[in-house]
Amino acid sequence: MTKNVMIVGVGGQGSLLASKLLGRLLVDEGYDVKVSEVHGMSQRGGSVVTYVRFGDRVYSPVIEAGEADFIVSFEKIEAARYVENLKKDGTVIVNTQQIDPMPVIIGAAEYPSGILEEMKAKGVHVDAIDALDLARQAGSAKACNIVLMGRLAKYFDIPKEKWIAAIENSVKPQFVEMNKKAFELGYSC
Amino acid sequence: MKELMIGNAAVARGLYEAGCALISSYPGTPSTEITEVFAKYDDAYCEWAPNEKVATEAAFGAALRGKRSACCMKHVGLNVAADPLFTLSYTGVNAGMVICVADDPGMHSSQNEQDSRHYAIAAKIPMLEPSDSQEALDFAKLAFEISEQFDTPVLLKMCTRVAHSQSIVEVGERVEVTKPYEKNPQKYIMAPANAIRRHPFVEERTAKLVEYAETSPVNRVEDGDGSRDFGVITSSTSYQYVKEAFGDSVPVLKLGMVNPLPVKLIRDFAAKVGKVYVIEELDPVIETHCKAIGVDVVGKEKFSILGEFSQKSIEKAFDMADKTAFRLDTDVPVRPPMMCAGCPHRGMFSVLAKNKITVLGDIGCYTLGSMPPLNALDMTLCMGASVSGLHGYNKAGGEETEGKSVCVIGDSTFMHSGVTGLINIAYNQSNSTVIILDNSITGMTGHQQNPTTGYSIKGDPAGKVDLESLCHSIGINSVRVVDPYNLEECNKVLKEELAKDEPSVIISRRPCVLLKYVKPKKPLHVNTEKCKSCKRCMKFGCPAISFRDNHAVVDPTLCIGCGVCAQLCAFDAFESEVE
Repeated sequence: MTKNVMIVGVGGQGSLLASKLLGRLLVDEGYDVKVSEVHGMSQRGGSVVTYVRFGDRVYSPVIEAGEADFIVSFEKIEAARYVENLKKDGTVIVNTQQIDPMPVIIGAAEYPSGILEEMKAKGVHVDAIDALDLARQAGSAKACNIVLMGRLAKYFDIPKEKWIAAIENSVKPQFVEMNKKAFELGYSC
Repeated sequence: MKELMIGNAAVARGLYEAGCALISSYPGTPSTEITEVFAKYDDAYCEWAPNEKVATEAAFGAALRGKRSACCMKHVGLNVAADPLFTLSYTGVNAGMVICVADDPGMHSSQNEQDSRHYAIAAKIPMLEPSDSQEALDFAKLAFEISEQFDTPVLLKMCTRVAHSQSIVEVGERVEVTKPYEKNPQKYIMAPANAIRRHPFVEERTAKLVEYAETSPVNRVEDGDGSRDFGVITSSTSYQYVKEAFGDSVPVLKLGMVNPLPVKLIRDFAAKVGKVYVIEELDPVIETHCKAIGVDVVGKEKFSILGEFSQKSIEKAFDMADKTAFRLDTDVPVRPPMMCAGCPHRGMFSVLAKNKITVLGDIGCYTLGSMPPLNALDMTLCMGASVSGLHGYNKAGGEETEGKSVCVIGDSTFMHSGVTGLINIAYNQSNSTVIILDNSITGMTGHQQNPTTGYSIKGDPAGKVDLESLCHSIGINSVRVVDPYNLEECNKVLKEELAKDEPSVIISRRPCVLLKYVKPKKPLHVNTEKCKSCKRCMKFGCPAISFRDNHAVVDPTLCIGCGVCAQLCAFDAFESEVE
């Protein structure tokens, strides 16, 4: 049975490292894995999405409407943008950070307030955390991605030590301790 | 050893294992990583060329000399390389040569959605098309074998999804291949007398390649489970979507070689399965072939000619259930890409917008200057077209346009094909003002070195084109350099150069803020006492500035302290932190 995880956010937020970590971990667990993202223009502050799929045999690299078991979102409205992709019993893990897109900055659109409440009212299982604050507690705002991976790990059967090992293999040695702390904060908050 | 690799990295690995000794490329999404990954191998040569034509010819030179070689480009890059491509089909190769081309269905990062398979057909060159990373690696190696066996360059076609999706690959060892060089004018000098003799060779080669396509494992039939009354012919990433939608229930003819296409294999498959659907992204290339050989298939009448496919587009075409579980009532505002906080291009664009200048644009990050709120561009066509286009625009517009129009082009794009347009301006003397946005890197594709940066692909010191001297030497007398963080200077120089009755170049020079050696200054903040809520700063489009509680706010995590907003504000509300 193929499992589907979407990692969504704003270009430059560090979703690349999150998908790298997750992909590596899943390969080591013996799964067939596909990780797909689009590089290039969208990375310049645009909405970015990474698909991670794993199972016995994975064909398509993309996750479509109603197929995602998890959506890990680095920003509030990005979670809403992709919620159509969520399965009925899926989970949205969302960082409560607000990053205004350009139409909001120039006053052409409003940032929708209460978007997470609307999702909950529609029956979406929303797990909202202030990952930015937790990352700062760990030592760097940039560790937001690892905080969110820590949160995702709670929903997986893979032992915590293996996630920690994957972090050790994916980040530079000088950042291992900080990222381990970030992972722990996401996992246990 | 099993590794998770993007398709492009797998191509690089395959080329490397096949003994590829030289890669010359020009960066272009979604092809760039092939060359970047290959550059990490120490026992092979790798370079960024100024453009795809040069890259292709450099690769050919290496193949002629007897070393396996490759060049990589995006789909529109193949337009630039089309000149050597068509005649390389006639000369053939000595050691193998592979031309990697990456299409961008859906136009994630491109100006059109052209289908490169037409080039393979038109140039009569075989084309392989992998559907995942393992095939990308295997086909890269196979491409060299086909190249040498049939005496032809081979096109290896990627698409965005295969290029940028990671899947598991098994890596192998490198082999070294060297062919002796022998002078052979009849084969390599494509003057009419020789070319006339080579054309029949090309036709015979195609016939042999069709034979190869009939039986090679690169094209394979997968039997279904008998539960469906139709079969599918497909290739590339569409194969994955077909398998995702139907599992193993449908018989599939999976084509790994899309030019030339087999005849008997397709006819036999169709005879066995009955109704046949051709599922291919973009143009009906396989479909047209099937119909031409008398096989009745359903293709573009059911599956779009536009954009990318997915399992959903196939499920929809076959009336399978929509799986959507949640829909929100709120409209989520779009989040288009934009120029970064502190981007040096923004300062120049704000000056151009303020002066209501007609701006012919080019290909790069600065294409984002066309977006609101700057809306600073009038045209973007292809690499280099801003410069040559401005010349024609001013020749046609005369005095009505000359003092009110400019073109903007980045340093790398100028090297690629802007310089020839500038030579035309200098030679045919149009009163045009060319602005080179020199951010000292190829930005949009993710920071590649180019002939103006002074560094090679491996980061080693390299030759360096001096833009000022180059412009002078081709006959531009007025060459000015400005700092785009200095709005007053930009405004003054722009007005002076537009007023001149001769061609001129303004070099707007400041390195990309994302470069590691560019150290950000302390972020600015807004003095709310001084902010008069005029929203002038909001017209500047800096992502670090937003408007909350009736005054401007700077996001300190994004602001790099460029200070351009402080120059725009009439009330001095943007202040530097006290050190």
